[in-house]
Amino acid sequence: MWRYIGRKLFVYLLTFVIAVTINWMIPRFMPGDPVRSMLNRASISDPEALERMTTYYETVFGLDTPLYQQYFNFWAGLFRGELGVSSMLYPQPVLDIILRSLPYTLALLLPAILLSWIVGNRFGAFAARNKVLDNTVLPVGYILTATPYMWLALLLAWSMGIVLGWFPASGGYSFSLIPEFSWLFISDLISHWFLPFMSLFIVALGGWAIGMRNMIIYELEADYSNYLQALGAPRRLIRRYAFRNAMLPQITGLAVQLGTVIAGALLTEIVFNYPGLGTLILSALNNRDFFVLQGVFLFVVVGVLIANFIIDIIYVLIDPRTRVQMTGGGA
Amino acid sequence: MSNVAGAPGTAEKSDGAAAKRGSEALHYARRNPKLLIGLGIVLGLLLLGIIAPFFVDHDPNEYIGPQGQAPDGEYWMGTTSFGQDIWAQFVYGLRATFLIGIFGGGVAFVIGTAVGFVAGYKGGIIDEILNMLTNVVLVLPALVVLIVVTAYLEVRGLFVQGVFIGLTSWPWAARAVRSQALSLANRDYVDLARLSGRRTWKIITSEIAPNMSSYLVMSFILLFGGAILIAAGLDFIGLGPSNGVSLGLMLESAVGWGALQRGMWWWFIPPGLGITVIVASLYILNVGLDEVFNPKLREL
Repeated sequence: MWRYIGRKLFVYLLTFVIAVTINWMIPRFMPGDPVRSMLNRASISDPEALERMTTYYETVFGLDTPLYQQYFNFWAGLFRGELGVSSMLYPQPVLDIILRSLPYTLALLLPAILLSWIVGNRFGAFAARNKVLDNTVLPVGYILTATPYMWLALLLAWSMGIVLGWFPASGGYSFSLIPEFSWLFISDLISHWFLPFMSLFIVALGGWAIGMRNMIIYELEADYSNYLQALGAPRRLIRRYAFRNAMLPQITGLAVQLGTVIAGALLTEIVFNYPGLGTLILSALNNRDFFVLQGVFLFVVVGVLIANFIIDIIYVLIDPRTRVQMTGGGA
Repeated sequence: MSNVAGAPGTAEKSDGAAAKRGSEALHYARRNPKLLIGLGIVLGLLLLGIIAPFFVDHDPNEYIGPQGQAPDGEYWMGTTSFGQDIWAQFVYGLRATFLIGIFGGGVAFVIGTAVGFVAGYKGGIIDEILNMLTNVVLVLPALVVLIVVTAYLEVRGLFVQGVFIGLTSWPWAARAVRSQALSLANRDYVDLARLSGRRTWKIITSEIAPNMSSYLVMSFILLFGGAILIAAGLDFIGLGPSNGVSLGLMLESAVGWGALQRGMWWWFIPPGLGITVIVASLYILNVGLDEVFNPKLREL
């Protein structure tokens, strides 16, 4: 078991190193001068401030030292928690800006991922080997997985936000309110949260339902199902066993799909102008604020790695076979 | 196992067998509604994307019509708030969408199958290394990597976008191909080919790949659809081809110029619908193909 976890950890560590290296390499090896193009967009009229910023960014990039030195400096800075200073919100540190947006993205992502996974699995299990349901759930599932996240977000924002006016279609909370811990503010927060959450939830739902349906059909054809059936076990019991076995690939699927769902959350946020990481990426792109962009990239990668690791541990905990196999392999 | 690969006479025999299998697949294909519907829609939209732009006599981004016009007889899908013809943008966008699917999906397919075959066939240390590489790229969130990489490009083209998408979206295909190749690599006929001293590459292309051709086709279709969705996301964030037309860029400008607030539904519904219909048809086509090639699924 420890060998397994150790291997996984090694892959994640390697991924982290590669991500950091990508982050370090891109501004240095891409054509063009990132410092200049960043400051051109920052629209600073005061020449003295511009001068100060230019020298700051040139020292941060450390372009006058040899390459390997730059690389180690980059890592050293990372371990001190320095992600640089934003150019669009100069002189705020990138870390603070990201930490301000992060709760919004997490509040969207975590419930959307977990609920869509649970509900999708239920739906899929229900639909398998049921002619009527199968013929409706399957096409709907495929259409949902094929829907671009931002398009469903647009449809919801337009229909329920603007035409019907049930929910606000833009922002994280009303501008007339001051963030505080009051019932008014929290209910406002929730009503702004609802539509982006729904659109993420619905798109993600389809994939899980399809995956579960296919797995259940596969499990129902397995020997143990046929044997149980021959013994005259009730249908419900066989299905319950099939469901539990079909869960395992779905948990692995959760890890694989994580990147897609996160990308979907970023796109959805842009549609709703929701103040999370997605909107931050958009404004960083428009202002050519590469430090913010790279900081967000690093945060997302670290988040994905942590989530993957948690999923790995859950997998080991719920599938006794992996444990037996691993200790057996070690002995 | 008298079927010695490369021995005289076998080529003709396997040709005959292949033809028989092909006609059997065709028999089921013609009776599979999923396959027919999916294929029909994809081909129809492809034709629309190829042919319709020839009947549009102006540039899709040109300001030619009244501003913010709802759909009518002259402008089938209305106009944007600048007076651009949305129908023209839509058909050019379809073309771009298929192109990015072929480029991006193609690059990913080539990398994924190459890595998968080599890892599955060679095994050992090479497998370990390639597997590690696959896992690393699999964990990295593709769209976020693409955002960071393409943000630095001053000029972006369709081709470059496709290559980058391909470079980040191959891992699951590599995994799938690897596991299939792994199970085929120890078959007797592959062993025979190896004993007869054939080159690795030759064995992979002539012994292993043909036996999983249906699998490869399905992988390509999924990669094709995936590339379209990723490209749409990139375009929507504003990292699409510079001065280009695509369905994702249409969505971007619709959101950017307040189509939502002005209630201009004809601006953002067609591009999103186009993407959804193409990708969903590809997926359903894939399910149909699966049923045709996989006898276990046919009874349903």
